[in-house]
Parts: sequence; structure tokens; C-alpha cells
Amino acid sequence: MREDEVPQEGNSTLGGYRKAVYARGDDGRIHLVASAGWEVEEIVTRQAVEDLDRLAEDARQRVLTGQTSPLEYHMHRLRMDVLLLSQLTGLWQWRIRRHLRPDVFAGLKPSLLARYAEVMGIGLEELKKVD
Amino acid sequence: MEFQHRHASHCESGVMSSLLSHHGLPISEAMAFGLSSALSFAYLPIIKINGLPLVAYRMPPRHIVKGLQKPLGVKMRFETFSSPQAGEARLNELLAQDKLVGMQTSIFWLPYIPQDLRFHFNAHNVLAFGRDGQSGDYLLSDPVAEHAVTCPPADLARARFAKGIMAPRGLLYYPENKPTTPDWQRILPKAIRKTTRVMLDAPLPIIGARGIRRLANAFDRLDAKKAPAATKLFIGQVVRAQEEIGTGGAGFRFIYASFLQEAAALLGKPQLDELAESLIDIGDEWREFALATARMIRDRDPLEPSALSGKLRKLADREQAFFLDLRRAL
Repeated sequence: MREDEVPQEGNSTLGGYRKAVYARGDDGRIHLVASAGWEVEEIVTRQAVEDLDRLAEDARQRVLTGQTSPLEYHMHRLRMDVLLLSQLTGLWQWRIRRHLRPDVFAGLKPSLLARYAEVMGIGLEELKKVD
Repeated sequence: MEFQHRHASHCESGVMSSLLSHHGLPISEAMAFGLSSALSFAYLPIIKINGLPLVAYRMPPRHIVKGLQKPLGVKMRFETFSSPQAGEARLNELLAQDKLVGMQTSIFWLPYIPQDLRFHFNAHNVLAFGRDGQSGDYLLSDPVAEHAVTCPPADLARARFAKGIMAPRGLLYYPENKPTTPDWQRILPKAIRKTTRVMLDAPLPIIGARGIRRLANAFDRLDAKKAPAATKLFIGQVVRAQEEIGTGGAGFRFIYASFLQEAAALLGKPQLDELAESLIDIGDEWREFALATARMIRDRDPLEPSALSGKLRKLADREQAFFLDLRRAL
């Protein structure tokens, strides 16, 4: 990549930051050049984010129709999955999956709810509902 | 000495470049990367991240921090903690002694990182160089950010004590002694040879040039007709590893070319300059692969993983030839 080919396309996922890339200057040496972003990066980052957002929105709808618990919504919203949540809380994965059932979730002890809220960095009340 | 923040492409090489420069050995990010033999390729189908196999263009986390100790004669001290309180107290103590401290963090919990880039990745490296007297916020030098940033103590504690794969356990690190003047004639060929071994002779077929071919085979097994969404996520993941996650472009190929140019000058070997040129060419081809992939993801081109796997096989052949030439040039 030549220095004048460094993309400056304004990648929205960078939130206004510029990232450093290496490119070859006219002197034949490779320099560090600040890039405002490349559309390719934006496409693949948005793809990953949109997939996670889709999971969260889908869970939100199912919470509203009583098919899953708010725990699943918050899990996806915070870009986690059952495996990560299990590593964070120290609970078995099957137990967490069980807590995704609305009836089971409704009967959870406050101490267990607090454990979820703590690792997710949200309040207890927030954990019990969806926006 | 006043600490100078430097912008870098990759967190770990950027941290080590800043840390060693601050301790009297000014080395570039590219030198930190190349000298620790951090370049690689790995396709690890058994390690799944959000259900997708791990693809990496570099050696595993901490490889650069650890790998620079021997060539530069510097001893790094690593400290992990059982509780966030102990980790925070120790960080404050070190900062009070005017030390510059490297830290491993989860990028998800760092508030200054743009929202779209905050995933649960536990091996993001940053430097702490002080505290704001009024707010108590930490002053951080995050190499991938253009300028120094600040972070409230509660967020930093969360980031340092995130759990999961590669949990940082509050890891702090700093040099215990001053680095020595490097014996370039000895350490550079050694570091380059090590990279050629990783790329050419790894005992597992998922590492190095063979790993690129393995990935190409996996592309051929994707069912673009029946499962277009899963196919797109799979191929997109590869481009994210190559371009999004601070690689300096083309999955660290450009940064390594820069290292080869530096090595050429230090060793008086113009062949390495020529090899740097061909690595830039190979990097450009990786960028074309990324572009072709992104166009398929956005449906600008028909979704055909087999067209991409052809490109990957060509890249595997080119990298194999390149690292053989590099080995011969030493």
C-alpha cells in the first residue's frame, strides 16, 4: 500500500478516531500513517455488531411475548453468550439456560440475580425488565 | 523523564515500543513486533469465538511482551492479583513511584473505545502513566488511540478483572532493569529465522502457510446457497482479524515489511529491502482479498466462497515462497 492509497473514507465504527496503518512513501520507506478508515473495515465491523443487535432485538420481542426471560435480552445486548456468562458468574451453562425460562427467572433468589447484575455491570431493576 | 504517548497500529507492540523507549531504548513499533517474531498465521477451528473459529495473523497474546526479554536483555516483571482491590492498590503504588505500567484489559469495559469496537476481547494492552489529581481518573496511553486518554477507576478495575478466555487477572507488567544496547547482528537473524520456522515448518497443518490453505478448504465447505448468513459471518470474521483489530493493514504484513526495512539497514543487507517490497505486494493482495470479501457481504458481488478460497490458496503459495526466500537471505 502506498501512502497516497491509505483509505480516508471516514469509517463510522471508529467513532471519529483515526487508526494507524503502515504504508510505503515516495522515498521507498514504510511509514505510520493515520487513517480515517476503510469501508471494508466498516462493513465487517458493522456486520458483527448488527448480528449481535439482531440477537438482542429478537430476544427483546420474545421477552415481551413471554417466551424468554430478560436475562437473555441483556446477555445479547451486552455482547455476551451463555458460555461467557457461565465463565463470568461461575454458574453451569445448563443452569443459565434454565434461567432463560421466564417462569424460572421470575422465581430466582435476589442473591442469584445480584450475581448476574454484578457481572453485567447493570442494576437489579434493569436486569428484570427490557427497555 | 516526561512520558510521550505514541500512536501505533497494534496494542501490544505499541505498548512495548513506548515502554522500552521510555526506559532508554528507542525502538519502533515495527521493531518490537518483528524482533519478538510475532508474525504468524493461524486458523484454529477448535477455538470458537461467538461460534466462529479463531483466525489470527499473529502469535498469541503476551508473545511480544515476553519475546522481547531475551534479545534485549530486559527482565519484565509480571504481577497478577486475586482481587480487584489488591490490583488497584498495587497499580497506585507503582504510579506513585513514577513507574510506567503495562496492563492487560478487556476492551469491552474501556469507556473511551468507540461503542462498535467494544467486544469481549480480554487481551487488550494499555499503559498507565499517572492519575488525574482532581478526578482520580487514570491517565492511559492506549497505543491504538491517537492521543492519551483517561479512564475512571471503576471502569479500569472491571476491564482489568474481566473473566473468560485469556482473563487478565489484573495483569501488570514493567521492566525491572534497563535494556542493553542490542547486538543486532546476532538477534535480528535469529528473530527472522524464528518467523520463517513458524510460517513454514509448524508441526500442525493449521499454522503458517499450511493454515492459510486449511482456511481455504473451510471456505469451500461453506454452503452459500442454503446458509448465506452463516457464510457471510464466517468470511467476515477473517477480514475482521485481518483489518479491524489493529494490525497496521493486511494482517500485520505491512508492519513486518517495515521491520524488514529496519533490519536491512541495521544488518547492511539490501536483500531484505527487496524482500520488504515483495511483502508489501503480498499485503496488497491480502487487502484485495478483504475487499472482495466485503463486497460479497454487502451483496455487491454474488456470494461465492470458492472465488475467495482461490485467492487464499494463491496467498498461501506466495507466502510460502516469500518465507523461503527470506530464510535464504539470512
